[in-house]
Amino acid sequence: MKPALSVIFFTVLAGAGYGLWCLMGGALALGVYPPGRGNVLGPLAIGFVFVSVGLLSSTLHLGRPGRAWRAFSQWDSSWLSREGLAAMATYLPMFAVAGLARGEHEFIPTRVAGGILCLCALATLWCTARIYTSLKPIAAWRDPRVLPLYLLFGLLSGGLWLWAYLAFNPGLLAGPFALALLALAAIAAGVKLAYWKVVDAKPADSAGHATGLETLGSVRPFEGPTTEGNYLTREMAFVLARKHAHALRRYAVTLLALVPIAAIVLILIWPSTHVWLAPLAAVSCVLGLFVERWLFFAQARHAVAAYFPVQQG
Amino acid sequence: MTALPPPSKKKLGLVIDLDTCVGCHACAVACKEWNDGGQFGPLPDSDPYGADPVGVWFNRVHTYEVAPHDANSIADARPGSFQASTSNVVHFPRSCLHCETPDCVTVCPTGASYKRAEDGIVLVDEDKCIGCQLCAWACPYGAREISLERRHPAQTGRPDKRGTMQKCTLCVDRIYNETLDEEDRQPACVKACPTRARHFGDIGDPDSAISKLVAERGGYDLMPEFGYKPVNKYLPPRPRRDGSHMPAPMLQGETVDPARLPPLLRWLDKVLSR
Repeated sequence: MKPALSVIFFTVLAGAGYGLWCLMGGALALGVYPPGRGNVLGPLAIGFVFVSVGLLSSTLHLGRPGRAWRAFSQWDSSWLSREGLAAMATYLPMFAVAGLARGEHEFIPTRVAGGILCLCALATLWCTARIYTSLKPIAAWRDPRVLPLYLLFGLLSGGLWLWAYLAFNPGLLAGPFALALLALAAIAAGVKLAYWKVVDAKPADSAGHATGLETLGSVRPFEGPTTEGNYLTREMAFVLARKHAHALRRYAVTLLALVPIAAIVLILIWPSTHVWLAPLAAVSCVLGLFVERWLFFAQARHAVAAYFPVQQG
Repeated sequence: MTALPPPSKKKLGLVIDLDTCVGCHACAVACKEWNDGGQFGPLPDSDPYGADPVGVWFNRVHTYEVAPHDANSIADARPGSFQASTSNVVHFPRSCLHCETPDCVTVCPTGASYKRAEDGIVLVDEDKCIGCQLCAWACPYGAREISLERRHPAQTGRPDKRGTMQKCTLCVDRIYNETLDEEDRQPACVKACPTRARHFGDIGDPDSAISKLVAERGGYDLMPEFGYKPVNKYLPPRPRRDGSHMPAPMLQGETVDPARLPPLLRWLDKVLSR
């Protein structure tokens, strides 16, 4: 599939924003969030920028961005429609949390709003993943690891930004949150490696299968329908990435998991390094996710590609 | 609207005969021409006379080499060898199959992509489509292509972006069009086919001519595992008289069987072979 930058930008940035809101809302609901009004408003604002820039970027993928509002209408069948609604709905508890933040987070309405924010953000991440997992012609996206990966990457990248912000408040650094992020990074990287292993083993669809002529013999595309490419060959049969896939996968895992893990471990040992190591981990993770998401599109094979002649060599 | 309607009794569609299709592309050209001027047109190309022309076609004809499993492929044949190829060439027109349960309709976030309850034709409402392309991603048959141009470039000096999804309409603006002669109320591709490899009718009616044709010739669905239940059917190439799918060799090659020669030539062969 053609890796559209607008969609990659959206899924990575908005994913981080919703992951951040989800963790923060959950911590508020459980009453374990560190006190202080700024500790709430600061990360909320970071999430707001990520989510809003991401959503605006996603409209650039549309042929008619001006009609984007129509996408809210078909929630009964379309995951894209559900995602749009969930994305808009999540702004409500986000503003509620911002308005209710008082410094001490024992206030029950704050905790309720935090809980709703957590669930709405998680639902949006879920819907985004379901858009891809519901597309039957793209086998690599039907894999059962795709949905958990979207959630894990959202929580990991968002969590690192939340942690980077809180790191500037002495005393909040160590402890369960850092360990949870370590675990998230390790699990996410492990699941992604397993995903690549499984996806690589899937055979490509053949022309014989696509045309139904395989019962008569071995089928080879002899001539395409036109001498030039067309929308289908440009959109669905993108092959550039496969050449450099292994190098790009190494960069992705290094940036999204190994660098953050190393940074967290170093900060736990020498807390004074947090000032520059914690933001470095957050930025590195997002950069790694850009590479990961680019590969997610570029390496995915669409069933329709089997109809077309493949350039040899 | 994006939800699928209950299954219709009437299932209009095409039956394509891969045995008689000669790959002339007349169906594709007739389709492009009708839909450039019909109710859903125009259907202009980007950069039509430039270095990188690209445009929407609702119907595209592919060509495949089908080599029986024990035969030589064209690719394997040695240059100059008369034992070149025992494989067949099959021409394969590809267009929307107007599936009974297609995901291209249900993934649409706006309701622009819909299936008609009365006859099962799958259409795009141009005025509602936002061009998200999810429907094209959901279709394994490559039935949908996005249109970038709205008008023919010569008509407008400025960029005029259309940005909406296009697809085969089964010539819904022909088949019900009472201003046309009854004989012409068929899809343009069917009317244009010089070998009658394309048939139009109601697959939902078991007594219709095309339903009988499908039953008689073993018409099949493309990639049924997706569960979209295509309405259009493909008729497989017929086997040869000897029951195989291998074309009869037309030249004997370099080997000569003296036993099959007339007596004079047999004698000559014997003399010259000394």
